[in-house]
Amino acid sequence: MKVNRNKTFYFIREGVSSIFTHGLMSFASVCIIIAFLVIMGSFILLAVNITALVGELEAENIILAYVHENLSVSEASALEHSLRAIPNVANVNFITREEAMERFIGRSADDAARFRDIDAATFRHRFEVFVEDVALIGETQHDLRHVPQIASVNAHLAIAQGLVTVRNIVTWASIIIVAILLAISLFIMSNTIKLATFERREEIAIMKMVGATNSFIRWPFIFEGFLLGVTGAMAAFFAVWGLYSIAFDRVIDFEAGLFQLVSFSSDIAIPVFLLFAGIGFGVGVGGSGLALNRYLKV
Amino acid sequence: MIRMTDVFKEYENGAKALKGVSFELNAGEFAFLVGPSGSGKSTIIRLLIGEIAPSDGVVIVNGQDMDNIKMRKMPYLRRTIGVIFQDFRLIENKSVYENVAFAMHVIGASRKDIRQRVPYVLELVGLEYKAKARPDQLSGGEQQRVAVARALVNNPKLIIADEPTGNLDPARSLEILTLLKKINELGTTVLVVTHEKPLVDQFHQRVIAIDGGRIISDALDRYYNYESQ
Repeated sequence: MKVNRNKTFYFIREGVSSIFTHGLMSFASVCIIIAFLVIMGSFILLAVNITALVGELEAENIILAYVHENLSVSEASALEHSLRAIPNVANVNFITREEAMERFIGRSADDAARFRDIDAATFRHRFEVFVEDVALIGETQHDLRHVPQIASVNAHLAIAQGLVTVRNIVTWASIIIVAILLAISLFIMSNTIKLATFERREEIAIMKMVGATNSFIRWPFIFEGFLLGVTGAMAAFFAVWGLYSIAFDRVIDFEAGLFQLVSFSSDIAIPVFLLFAGIGFGVGVGGSGLALNRYLKV
Repeated sequence: MIRMTDVFKEYENGAKALKGVSFELNAGEFAFLVGPSGSGKSTIIRLLIGEIAPSDGVVIVNGQDMDNIKMRKMPYLRRTIGVIFQDFRLIENKSVYENVAFAMHVIGASRKDIRQRVPYVLELVGLEYKAKARPDQLSGGEQQRVAVARALVNNPKLIIADEPTGNLDPARSLEILTLLKKINELGTTVLVVTHEKPLVDQFHQRVIAIDGGRIISDALDRYYNYESQ
């Protein structure tokens, strides 16, 4: 037990001291991790904002379900329960024919006088139906048509399809770009680590010569990789946070509330932090562990 | 301690480095292994420390058949062998003390043991006053003495020195070989690979001569003059 404690202390001390002994390589490794994660983080936040914007547009894309003319207000509003039971229906809002008329006149502000004497009976009681997934709007429209006492259903299928296409493009573009960035960064990191390890091949050969086991040689390198990876990840997280906060404030100033970036709340910050920490850990520990392999086969 | 029986070694490029080498070195012995460049000396060293495996024949070091040893057991065998090289092979960014202590860390020695043993070994090689110096602050002879201290610190059964005086002037060379002889007198088996006849002649020890991958002479206090063949 005492021996293990000694070894652990030795590994940590060697790992930390090696970072400073090979300062330039350490600096290069951390910079590469930061650069990659800042680019990746910026792209992820851009994708999050586009997705949120599409989501808002999707939420506004409602279906109007018109009730038969002969139904009273109470009979019409009683249909709400049947509509809510339909799959993909998120919410239902009942609108009487009088409310519908007021909305119509309100939207026609310039010609309000022309519609002043219009009869509310011209309009039907109706339901505004909000869906959970806009991609299934066609199926929901079909189900609504089969509800008794629903006379007709009006949905903007083309708009819904357009939004679904935008969302799919954003999702796939995000996955592809992040994958490309990850591959490029792994290549650069792996070369940086190989270079660092090559510089220390003599040291590794001496370790082997005096009887060091592979794990004894590996641990200080892994600990060093861990520290560099996590340091880079933390620095990148704070850089992304800072840059995003500046962008957030600028958008509020310039767009006067027309468009707002998603705030860097814990809902976003925690997953980004965990992603960065995971990549930093993986690249640092995995990279240094793998790069050593070729020098340990003696 | 060391037993090589009819050992052949052919490298992947077809070069035949050893052609049936046999010799034995018993516990407590001191011997020189001499021969010209390309004679097979380095191949013997590499076989003894497990860097390569023989193509044929048997190599036994400290009771372990080197052809059958598992890779995971190799580090433990190497801990019973102290190796000294011509180019010292010290870690540049570590002090003299750290270079020697490092070999003890490898075997999991306690800090207390390291604090006791390293100064003792440095004193034995006459470098106790240079414990904090870095290798680049030392002369060649001093660097080689650090390498000897490192080889010695874990109290190995066998020390193999590969051209330990190759980078040293005659006075420092004599100093290093005298040190190795002193270590041998304390009970450690020592095999010194060299091609420096005048030095070998001064010690009157067993001399194993190799040329063209074959042992051509193995006798006490007789240096086989392969250069005249």
